[in-house]
Amino acid sequence: MSLGPPQPEAASGDTNGELSAALQVASVSHSYGKRKALDNVSFRVRPASFCVLLGLNGAGKTTLFSLVTRLYAAQQGTLRICGFDVNRTPGEALRRLGVVFQARTLDLDLTVLQNLSYHAALHGMTAQETKLHTAAVLDQVSMADRANDKARTLSGGQMRRVEIARALLHRPRMLLLDEPTVGLDVKARADILKHVRSLVTRTSIGVLWATHLIDEIQPGDDAVLLHEGRILDQGQASEIATRADVPDIGSAFKKLTGIAGEEASWQRP
Amino acid sequence: MATAIIVEPKGQGFGFLQYARCFNGIVWREALRFWHQRERFVSALVRPLVWLFIFAAGFRSVLGVSIIPPYDTYVLYDVYITPGLIAMIELFSGMQSSLSMVYDREMGNMRSLLVSPFPRWFLLTSKLVAGTAVSVVQVYAFLAVAYFWEIEPPSPWGYLTVLPALIVAGLMLGALGMLLSSLIKQLENFAGVMNFVIFPMFFASSALYPLWRVKEGSPWLAFFCELNPFTHAVELIRFAFYEQINVLSLGVVLGAGAVFLTAAIVAYDPSRGMLKGREGS
Repeated sequence: MSLGPPQPEAASGDTNGELSAALQVASVSHSYGKRKALDNVSFRVRPASFCVLLGLNGAGKTTLFSLVTRLYAAQQGTLRICGFDVNRTPGEALRRLGVVFQARTLDLDLTVLQNLSYHAALHGMTAQETKLHTAAVLDQVSMADRANDKARTLSGGQMRRVEIARALLHRPRMLLLDEPTVGLDVKARADILKHVRSLVTRTSIGVLWATHLIDEIQPGDDAVLLHEGRILDQGQASEIATRADVPDIGSAFKKLTGIAGEEASWQRP
Repeated sequence: MATAIIVEPKGQGFGFLQYARCFNGIVWREALRFWHQRERFVSALVRPLVWLFIFAAGFRSVLGVSIIPPYDTYVLYDVYITPGLIAMIELFSGMQSSLSMVYDREMGNMRSLLVSPFPRWFLLTSKLVAGTAVSVVQVYAFLAVAYFWEIEPPSPWGYLTVLPALIVAGLMLGALGMLLSSLIKQLENFAGVMNFVIFPMFFASSALYPLWRVKEGSPWLAFFCELNPFTHAVELIRFAFYEQINVLSLGVVLGAGAVFLTAAIVAYDPSRGMLKGREGS
């Protein structure tokens, strides 16, 4: 059994490049009652790319994640993971998706190993696959020595690392992380960001990293600027800044959203 | 304008063994959770024992039970209410499961389950079966203690013949709990379930008193009790404990269970159910 990087979906029949996208969000709108949380949102995440979804709290990031993970269905538009429509073929789409939610989702009464085994079962993995992949992913996040410890004994940063290991256990081709560094100290934040970036270079996985922290974005990253449910701009972070005629992505976001001065204090942790 | 044609790639699907592994994982996790929450087991056992040792003992001399099926002789009140207490264990277990689903949803654990690639109906049914298995273990622990209170079936076979009734009744009550969990938005609202579901279901049933006695007091209440699926869960267990089948009760429990489970699956469906468009759910 190979534990190498996951292979991208074969792109046969791909007339528009949709299948070559790890994640394709097309014209998605969603409302909670009268409040529009997402308004005609479209973007794509390429395989082997690190894409940042940048937005303030309440911009619609978590709603978008809930729709991609099919916690509920989009009222308008389509979402595809490696070409599979999340609503029409949810099983095929979700088996290619790894998710780290904003809220902690580990079972605190279970050990790290038990949490990972439960996730493996939820993906129908064999005992042998589970054993091999568990050892590999825990090693990747440097948590192998804590495998038999209960989740409640871990620090916030360690829990996040275990959640990332869990999200990678079934070898997805697309990884979603919803504000994964919230509540972590500077070192833990840097470690997790570095690890996820290294995943992109080591494997062909596509990563969508939702954040409201400007310093987590590098000029070469793909970025999607989301504000009040609408996309303000998207593309390479440096290009967005150039288009906005400002020196960096943080300034571009401030300019595009109209946030200035003290109100922009959100951008630094 | 050119129309984009997207040919979806061919999926792998899931085989029987993968479904079986997923099911095992859910049952295993429920068993581990039960093991880690041993105080839950103790409290589930103490509640019916208090009713049996104190309430039933107190009312033993006040309430007489005439000869009604499945009993072929007069029985003590303690013997009469035992099937009701068994059903109570399953009712509370179903509601406990519902409570934990609401808690898991609030805490985020539920998301781990719901983003599994397996169909949602399968995930929910597996969770229901796992919860029922836990409630059946609780019932047998109660029966083991009750044995020393001289409460036992006419023959040891009764312990075996009651098992299918426990499973069917447990699935029905667990499905009800699952349906309620989809309707409850926050954990704080769960107290309402106690007042509006658990207590009316339990007291407006044949668990504590035979329906003919209720009819003497209020025909309308007796009519309501007869409609209550919990009454039929109690009667199904009562007859099965005496190695008999109450066909009407079996039909009602199976029917109610199917309705509750279907409604719960619909409620948890992302495009059709109660979770659709619920902010923060």
